[in-house]
Amino acid sequence: MLHPASSWDWQPGERVVLDSTACPAPHEWQEEPYVSPDGEKLGAIVRLDDGLFTLCVNGTPWEASFDKIWSPRFSPDGRLTAIVQQDGEWTMAVEGETWPENYAYLWSTMFSADGSVIAAAIQQDGEYGLCVDGAPWETLYENANQFTLSRDGQATAAVVQVQSMAAADLAAFQRGVFSVAVNGQAWDRTFVNVYTPTFDPSGSRVAAQVRLNLYDYSIVVDGETWKQTYACVWEPRFNPTSGAVVAPVRVAGSWGLAQDGQIIWEPVFAQCWQQAFSRDGKTIAAIVAPGYGKFTVAVNAKPWAATFPVVTDLALAADGKRAAALGNEYNANWQVVVDGRPWDGVFDMAWKPVFSPDGARVAAKVERGGRQNVLLDGKPYKRDFEQVWEPVFSPDGSKVLIRARDGGKYLRIVAQAADF
Amino acid sequence: MGIQDRLIEDVGLREGVKRLTEDKIEKVVQGVLKGETGARLAAYNEICMRCGLCSEACHFYLSHDGDPSYSPVGKVQQTMAQLIKKKGRVSPDDIYGMAQIAYTECNLCRRCVHFCPVGIDTGYIMSTVRRICHKLGVTPQYIQDTAHSHSATFNQMWVKDDEWPDSLQWQEDEAREEFPGLRIPLDKEGADIYYSVIAPEPKFRTQLIYQAAAIFNAAGVDWTMPSEPGWDNSDMCMFTGDFEMMGRLKRRHFESAQKLKVKRIVMGECGHAFRSIYDMGNRWVAWKMYPVPVIHSIEFFWELMKQGKIKLAKKYPGPVTVHDPCNVVRGRGHHEKLRELVRFLIDGEIIETASNREHNICCTAGGGVINCGPPFKNVRLAGSKAKADELRATGVKTIVAPCHNCHGGLEDTVKRYELGMHIKFLGDIIYECMEKPS
Ligand code: SF4
Ligand code: SF4
Repeated sequence: MLHPASSWDWQPGERVVLDSTACPAPHEWQEEPYVSPDGEKLGAIVRLDDGLFTLCVNGTPWEASFDKIWSPRFSPDGRLTAIVQQDGEWTMAVEGETWPENYAYLWSTMFSADGSVIAAAIQQDGEYGLCVDGAPWETLYENANQFTLSRDGQATAAVVQVQSMAAADLAAFQRGVFSVAVNGQAWDRTFVNVYTPTFDPSGSRVAAQVRLNLYDYSIVVDGETWKQTYACVWEPRFNPTSGAVVAPVRVAGSWGLAQDGQIIWEPVFAQCWQQAFSRDGKTIAAIVAPGYGKFTVAVNAKPWAATFPVVTDLALAADGKRAAALGNEYNANWQVVVDGRPWDGVFDMAWKPVFSPDGARVAAKVERGGRQNVLLDGKPYKRDFEQVWEPVFSPDGSKVLIRARDGGKYLRIVAQAADF
Repeated sequence: MGIQDRLIEDVGLREGVKRLTEDKIEKVVQGVLKGETGARLAAYNEICMRCGLCSEACHFYLSHDGDPSYSPVGKVQQTMAQLIKKKGRVSPDDIYGMAQIAYTECNLCRRCVHFCPVGIDTGYIMSTVRRICHKLGVTPQYIQDTAHSHSATFNQMWVKDDEWPDSLQWQEDEAREEFPGLRIPLDKEGADIYYSVIAPEPKFRTQLIYQAAAIFNAAGVDWTMPSEPGWDNSDMCMFTGDFEMMGRLKRRHFESAQKLKVKRIVMGECGHAFRSIYDMGNRWVAWKMYPVPVIHSIEFFWELMKQGKIKLAKKYPGPVTVHDPCNVVRGRGHHEKLRELVRFLIDGEIIETASNREHNICCTAGGGVINCGPPFKNVRLAGSKAKADELRATGVKTIVAPCHNCHGGLEDTVKRYELGMHIKFLGDIIYECMEKPS
């Protein structure tokens, strides 16, 4: 089932995949389109004339139809999934086939990096957990949230409530009723709160933010908390080579980064979050605010000179040599900023920049005046569209896949540098 | 009379003070005063002339026959002035009383700012007293439970992750019976509007979601709601003084909107959430303004009305009076838009309460006071006598109040003072009067 980018059609040129994105089957309405990563398929929920719902993919509706459908998502290997309801019970449909088990509710679709594993959160008889390719955790919990799947899809984790609590029982809550369950097994320790459990790249270790009481925050790794506590922390992440855990921490009103409990970026920022590692683990980039209301990106603790009222969508090239992010003025005047320099052009909206595998090129989806386009190294593709999806580089980085919708058609374009 | 003569038993306050020592209090007070307050508080403390001009501003004072211990300056004298004078060296019992004043006898409504010749913001001072009480672990039980809910679920009513999309889908189903083809689009990337609400809506006021969906649908709005946490814009942590959690809630809320690449957030008819997203929470996170513009329902409905997108089949029978929620009127200046919209919707006049617009008297529920729950209900209602008197004097039957807390508070007030009035959200009136498929 694997369908890596190397096996996609990278023949340069523009191909009309669908002359019409409208589903030919009689229907009452059609919802937003979703496209496969390789750009070969476009799917959308349609409400059929009989009042049931299905997904229409490249003009062909699934055979099965359902009482309700929501959250259509293409997996990285190109399979179309959706959450479906029949006779009051929910399950996952993958390419039109449902998982064997139904649940009282199912949500939060997750994929492994290669798309081979599909997981979702479930609730059955008021108990909560995760379900992987249709198989639920053996133990379910009174509550669970912040579900996560390891990169290879072999491990799952969530924050779970392991002890019951009477309504408004402050003491019970403050003794700690939450923990982390990994593959359904909860850690022994409980916490007042746990946030953002995250796996290391191998899927064998888990780190999370914890609140030890109402005031002291720390990081927990495989059930063991750091000795140090902080006024606040944000999401921890594993260094991909050393296995060290790095998290933003708040000290005396300012933010920095700590690694395994030791400060590695001095807490001098008004904000610091969303840190990212290069593949070799030697470079760390994060969104920071060097001053109140002034956001930018810092690479190895050194902030860029240009600042913006808001910065989002940080991307770090795999080799760590380049970084990109989006700056904006309270959701307007978006700019794509690469290595500290904004590209020409101010947009109504922009999407997370994407680096080519070798880091030499950057592409980003942007929108202006209701039209969307893809920029490559700052230059727009030769025409714009009603809608484009986020660009994908060919494995050798020489071409960009543009998936676009315009004039009722769905197009798949393999563009080269000269096309921009 | 002072606070020691009117103490009320609350398990959150009682258990909290049991754990305190004078040393601990001193340390926490010093920590907050030195580390978090700066020049503003010091200046307020210096420049207050104890002139008492702020007294007439405060509905607690007005409702208690001019008892000075309920006046803004009286409340400061019993709390922050003591903490500053004694450098934090006060007893656990003193903290009990200070917490009761700060959490239950001040709505942080900021009416008194307008009456003070030097512009002292007693609401800010009371917020700082609350911050100290939070750090001391002395908070009323019910509001603290709400803060716990926020921290565990990112919403204020322990709504679990599945209950949220499930209730939206249920409302969508129901609404389709009346409006064929209606959608509550979940996670629709790039929508113009991200609609956010507070947890009481999915929990027990689902008709408000239904009504909003009906209005947006009829007006042709391109909108979405997120399926995951971040959807609740409310913030009782701001009111308990747990600013770290306030920041965490706002980060989640705004990142959820940023992830969906929406143009604007429209928030339901809630007041305090507005304060959190444009004043307190966003700033704790280090954003000067909201990172995604947030439009209150008053303004959004006003826009739809101006653009001719709301089509009425009838007008709502007036006259009515308008209650101005502090956080979106004194805090944001939406009073004229509110009146223009109401005039458009009703057949008849707006009869103003004696205090109106930016001088409006608080519903006495705001600032987290109603969230302190049953132990303090009588005190809250005693404090709303001034409001009740003004409402009665209008002689009308309908109060339009575009805020959840105000609704809760005014419902209690109307009952207690036998005003025989009913309270309407803007959404109630628009839904009732809009054109619907026959
Ligand atoms: S903020 Fe409002 S409730 Fe508090 S003292 Fe001032 S007028 Fe009274
Ligand atoms: S009006 Fe202002 S200066 Fe006078 S007592 Fe009140 S807060 Fe102090």
